[in-house]
Amino acid sequence: MDVIEIFASAGLWGAVLRIATPLIFGTLGALLCERSGVLNLGIEGIMTFGAMIGWLTVYSGGDLWTGIMAAAFFGALFGLLHAVLTVPLGLSQHVTGLGITLFASSLSYYIFRLSVPLASSPPTITPFQPIFIPGLSDLPFFGPALFSQTAPTYLGIALALGLAYVIFRTPLGLAIRMTGENPHGAEAQGVNPIAVRIGAVMAGSALMGVGGAFLTLSAFNSFFPTMVQGRGWVCIALVVFASWRPGRALLGALLFAFFDAFQLRLQNVIGAIPYQIFLMFPYLLSIAALVVMARRARVPQALMQPYRRGER
Amino acid sequence: MRIERRPHRPLSLIVLSPIIAIAAALAVSGGLIAIAGANPFVAYGLILRGAFGSILGFTEMLTRATPLILTGLAAAVAFRAKVWNIGGEGQFYIGAIAVAAFASGSWIAGWPPVLVIPMAMAAGAIAGMAMLLVPLGLRLKFGVDEVVTSLLLNFVALLFVSMMIEGPLRDPLAFGWPSSVPVVDAATLPKLIERTRVHIGLIVAIGLAFAIYFIQARTVFGLQSRAAGLNAPAARFAGVPWVRTLVIVACMSGGLAGLAGAIEVMGVRGYVASDLSPGYGYSGIIVAMLANLHPIGVIAAALFAAIMFVGSDSMSRALGIPSYIADVTVALSLLTMLVSLFFTQYRIVR
Amino acid sequence: MTQTPVLELIGISKRFGDTQANDDISISLDKGEVVALLGENGAGKTTLMSILFGHYTPDSGVVKVAGVELPQGKPRAAINAGVGMVHQHFSLSANLTVLENVMTGTERLFRLGSNTRAGRKKLMEISERFGLKVDPDARVGDLSVGEQQRVEILKALYNDAQILILDEPTAVLTNIEAEKLYATLREMAAKGLSLIFISHKLHEVLAAADRVVVLRGGKAVAERKAKDTDRAELAELMVGRRVARPVREASTPGAVVLSARGVSVGTKLTDLDFELRAGEMLGIIGVSGNGQTTLAHLVSGLVAPDDGTFEVFGEPVTRASVTAMIEKGVGRIPEDRNAEGAIGDMTIWENAVLERVFSSRFSKAGLVDRQAARTFSSQLVERFDVRGGDPDKRIRLLSGGNMQKLILGRNLMDDPKILIAAQPTRGLDEGAIAAVHARILQARKAGAAVLLISEDLDEVISLADRIQAIAGGRLSPPVDADKADPRQLGLMMAGDWDDVEPAHAH
Repeated sequence: MDVIEIFASAGLWGAVLRIATPLIFGTLGALLCERSGVLNLGIEGIMTFGAMIGWLTVYSGGDLWTGIMAAAFFGALFGLLHAVLTVPLGLSQHVTGLGITLFASSLSYYIFRLSVPLASSPPTITPFQPIFIPGLSDLPFFGPALFSQTAPTYLGIALALGLAYVIFRTPLGLAIRMTGENPHGAEAQGVNPIAVRIGAVMAGSALMGVGGAFLTLSAFNSFFPTMVQGRGWVCIALVVFASWRPGRALLGALLFAFFDAFQLRLQNVIGAIPYQIFLMFPYLLSIAALVVMARRARVPQALMQPYRRGER
Repeated sequence: MRIERRPHRPLSLIVLSPIIAIAAALAVSGGLIAIAGANPFVAYGLILRGAFGSILGFTEMLTRATPLILTGLAAAVAFRAKVWNIGGEGQFYIGAIAVAAFASGSWIAGWPPVLVIPMAMAAGAIAGMAMLLVPLGLRLKFGVDEVVTSLLLNFVALLFVSMMIEGPLRDPLAFGWPSSVPVVDAATLPKLIERTRVHIGLIVAIGLAFAIYFIQARTVFGLQSRAAGLNAPAARFAGVPWVRTLVIVACMSGGLAGLAGAIEVMGVRGYVASDLSPGYGYSGIIVAMLANLHPIGVIAAALFAAIMFVGSDSMSRALGIPSYIADVTVALSLLTMLVSLFFTQYRIVR
Repeated sequence: MTQTPVLELIGISKRFGDTQANDDISISLDKGEVVALLGENGAGKTTLMSILFGHYTPDSGVVKVAGVELPQGKPRAAINAGVGMVHQHFSLSANLTVLENVMTGTERLFRLGSNTRAGRKKLMEISERFGLKVDPDARVGDLSVGEQQRVEILKALYNDAQILILDEPTAVLTNIEAEKLYATLREMAAKGLSLIFISHKLHEVLAAADRVVVLRGGKAVAERKAKDTDRAELAELMVGRRVARPVREASTPGAVVLSARGVSVGTKLTDLDFELRAGEMLGIIGVSGNGQTTLAHLVSGLVAPDDGTFEVFGEPVTRASVTAMIEKGVGRIPEDRNAEGAIGDMTIWENAVLERVFSSRFSKAGLVDRQAARTFSSQLVERFDVRGGDPDKRIRLLSGGNMQKLILGRNLMDDPKILIAAQPTRGLDEGAIAAVHARILQARKAGAAVLLISEDLDEVISLADRIQAIAGGRLSPPVDADKADPRQLGLMMAGDWDDVEPAHAH
C-alpha cells in the first residue's frame, strides 16, 4: 500500500469521523466555557470520568444512551465544581482546572477499580453500532467513508452547527459572548455574569463528558486508565485554532483527525521510522496550531479574568 | 452576601490553611472509603501504619518523597514567577533518559563516582531545562500559553522515552517490558540506610529546598523573580530584566524536574522504563500548591503525599479498597487548599 | 410644585469595611432636570450611583422611581423602571458590534432566535431622534472614544430610559467633545429626559446642570442651584476647606538635558520634537490614549526609538534600558500607580528599593542588604510623609495618595536631574494633589528638569513653563504656559495646531 492508496481507502475517511467525534464534543465543550470567559483545564479529567461512568452505566445494565446521559450529568457536576471555584470565588482557572483533572481522573480509576475486579483482560460492553442509512450507506466508497458512523458522531456534527446558531443568533448566545468579553458590560445590561458563566461551564463540561463516553461506548468497548491520552489538551489547543468559532472547531477537529488517521496508516507504509514519531504527531500538530493562531485569534477579552461585582 | 479582601492576612490562617485543606480532603475521601464498605478511621490508621509502622514502610515513604520534593520545588519555583510549568512529568522522564544515555556506556564505567554522580545529575537537569525552555520560548516569542504547550509536551517526551528504550537505549538482556540499559555502578547513588531503598537523593532534595528558600528570600534575583511573578508590568518598569528572569526561573524549574528523574534512576531503579513515574510531575504541582509555593513547605507537603501513596498500598492489601484513594485524596487536597488559601485573602461578609 | 420627582434616593447609607461610603444621602430629581453630583474621588458618588442602579445593596435607605420603590440589588429592575446608566469605564465589548452591544440582555434569554431586525429599527429611530449617529454594524473596538460614548448612551436609551445617570462622562473626551456632549445632554433634558451626571470638574457642573449636589466624605453636604453659585463656593464645599494648589515661580532654565528630534516609536509615536532644560517643566497635555503611555515608556527607558534622535544629557539613547536611565539620574513616576508603580503584595521597603536594588547601596554580591533597604525606606516614609508607611507592611494597604507619595519619594530621595511625571495626580483627592504638586515644584526649583505628562489642563497650566499637546501620537510645537488659553489648548489637543505660534525656549 502506498500513500495514494491511503487516500483512496474508504477506511481512512471512516476513521477520520470516528477519531474526530470525541474531539468535536470536547472542543465544543471547551469553546462554550471559554466563550463565557472560563478556561476549563478540567477537560482531560472530565473526559476520563465520562468515559468511565458511561461505560460503567452500560456495564451495569443501563442502555447506551443512558450511559451518554450519565457522562453528561457527571460532566456537568464537575463543571459546577470548577465554576463555583473559579467564578464566584475567582480562583486561578489554570490551577483549579488541573486540580479538577487530577481529581476526576483519579476518582474514575477508584470507582472503576471498586466496581470491576482486576482481571487479565478488561470486561467489555456492546458498543454503539453504525447506523445504516438506506441509499447512502451502501453507496460505493462514500457509504463506508461517510455514512457508516454511529449515532453520537452524527450528533456531534449536528451539535457543532447547533452551537454556532446558539452563540451567534440567540439572545442567550449574545449574553454568553458579552460575559466572555466584558462581564461588567453584561451586568450593566441586567445579565448576571456569574450565572451565565456557571451555566456555560456546566453545559460545556457536560459535552466534555459525552466526548469521553464516546471512547468507551463507540470507539472502543472497554475502559482502561489513561485512555483519554491527552485528547482533552488537544481540544484546548483546537479551541484556539478554531478562533472560538464552533464551525471552525468542527473543521479543526476533522482536520486533526485526518492527520491522526493518516499517520496511523502511514506507519504501515513507512516501516523504517519508529512508530513513536508518528504518535507524537498529534501533539506536535496541536502545538504548531497554537503557535500559528496565538496572535491572530480574537480571544474573548475577559478569558481567565475573574469577575467580582464592583471590582475592576 | 459579598466577598471582600481582607486588609490583613492573619498569619495563623496562612499556617493553618494546609492543615484545614488536608483535613477537608481526608473527610471527603473518608466518605468514598465508607461507600466502598470500609471504616475510614480504620483505613487511615492502616495508611499511617503502612508509612510509619515499619522500617521498610518508613524508608519506602522517604524514597517516595524524594522525587516529590524535587518536582514540587520545580512547580513552586516556576509558579512563583507565574511561569506555568505543567510539564514536570515530561521533564522528569527526559531527565531520566538523559542519565540512562549518559551514564550507561562502558567508557564511563571506570570513572570514580564523585565525578560521575554530579555529571549524571547535571545531564538530567540540563535535559529538563531544555524541555521547559521550549514552551517558555513559544510564550515569549509567539504569546502561546505555556500551560497547554507544556502539557502537550509531556506526551511527546513520554513517546520519545519509549522510542529510546525500544531503540538505541534498549537493554538487550531485559525480559518483558522494554527498558533502557542500566546505569553504571559509579552513577548509582549511595544508600542512606543499608538494605533499604532510601538514598542520598533525599539529602540532595532537602538541601535544594533550603538553597531555593535562601535564593528567594535573600538574593536580588529572588526579589526580582518574585516581582516578575506578582506584577510583570511593574517589575519591568522597575528595570527587572524580565525575559532573563523568566529564563533563569525556567532553567531552575525544568532543571529540578529533570534532576528528579535523574535521581530516581540513579537512586532507585537503575534504568528507565515507561512506568518510572507514577505521575510525579503532576503530583509535584499539588505538592507545590499545598506548600503555598514555599520551598520549605514543599518538604512537608511531599511527605504528606508520600505517606498517602505508600500507606494506601498496604491499606489496600488489607481492606481491598483500591489504592487509587491516595490519588483521589491528594488531588482533592489541591482543590481544598485553593479554597482555604482563598479565605486567607478574602472573607465573606453578610 | 407638587409634582412627584421622577427619582428619589432617600436616606441611603452604605459601609465597606471601615469606610462609610454613603452616609444618609437623600437626593431627588424632577422630570426634565439635569442634576450634577459633585465630589472628589472617594466622596461616595460612584457608590451612590451603583446602589441606585442595583449593583450594590444599601445598608439602609430606599430608591423610588416615580414614587415606586425599586427592589434592591437588581440591575434589571432599575433598567425596567427606566433608569439607564452610562459608565465611566464603558461597559462595552470591543469585539461585538454596536447593535450586539445595545441588544445584550434586552430580549428573553431563552428565545430561540434574536429579532435583530426589530432591534436595528429601534436603534436607528433613537439615534435619529437624539442626533446620536452610529453605524449599527461597526465593531465597537473600531470606533473612536467619542463614538463609543454615544453607543453607551444609546444603550441606555434603547432600554427606554427616562432617567440617565452619567458617571464622569467627559473623563475621556477633549474639551471640545465635552462641550458637544453637554449640548446634547441639555437637548435630551429639553425633550423630557431627566439626567444626573457625576463630575469633579467645576466648570462643567456650572455649565451643564440646573442643580448641583455636593458630596463630601460620603455625605451630601450642600445643594445649590447652578445659577446661584460659583466656582469658588463649589470648590470649597467639595474639598471642605480652602486648598490652594501651589503655582510655579519663575525660574531660569539651564542646559538642555533631554531632547528628541524626529523620534518615532512603532505606530504609537510619530516624528516627535521636544527639548527639556534643567530647572524647567515641560507639560505634555492630551486626551488619554493619544500616545502618552508610549511617550512615558520612552523617557522611562522601557522602549527605544525606532527612528530619530533621542538624547539624554547629550548622549543618544538607542537601546531601551531602565537601569541605564536610573543610573543617569532620571526619576520616573509611572502613569498607573497600581499597574506599574507598585507591587501590591510586596512590602513597602521592597517597593522602595526594587528599581535600585542592583546598586551596591542596596545589595552586595547578589544578596539584598535588607538593613540598608529598610533604613532607606524609613527615611523616605519620614521625609515624604507617607502615612501608615511601616516598611514591613504590604504596599497594597496604603491609600492612593500615600502610595503616590512613596513613589514620588523613592525618585526624589536622590535629587534626580530629570523627573518624568506621568499623570502624577490621577485619582487623588485635592489634599494629596496639592502635596504632589508642591514636591514636583520643589524638584524643579532644585534644578531638576521635569517632564509632566497629564490630562488635567489646570494642572499643566499651573505647573508647566511650556506646554506641548499630544494628539494621535504627534506633538504640537510648544507654547508658553503664560500665553496659553484653554480654548487654544483644546484645539491643540484635538490635533489642530497649524496656527500655533511656537514658544522659543529661553
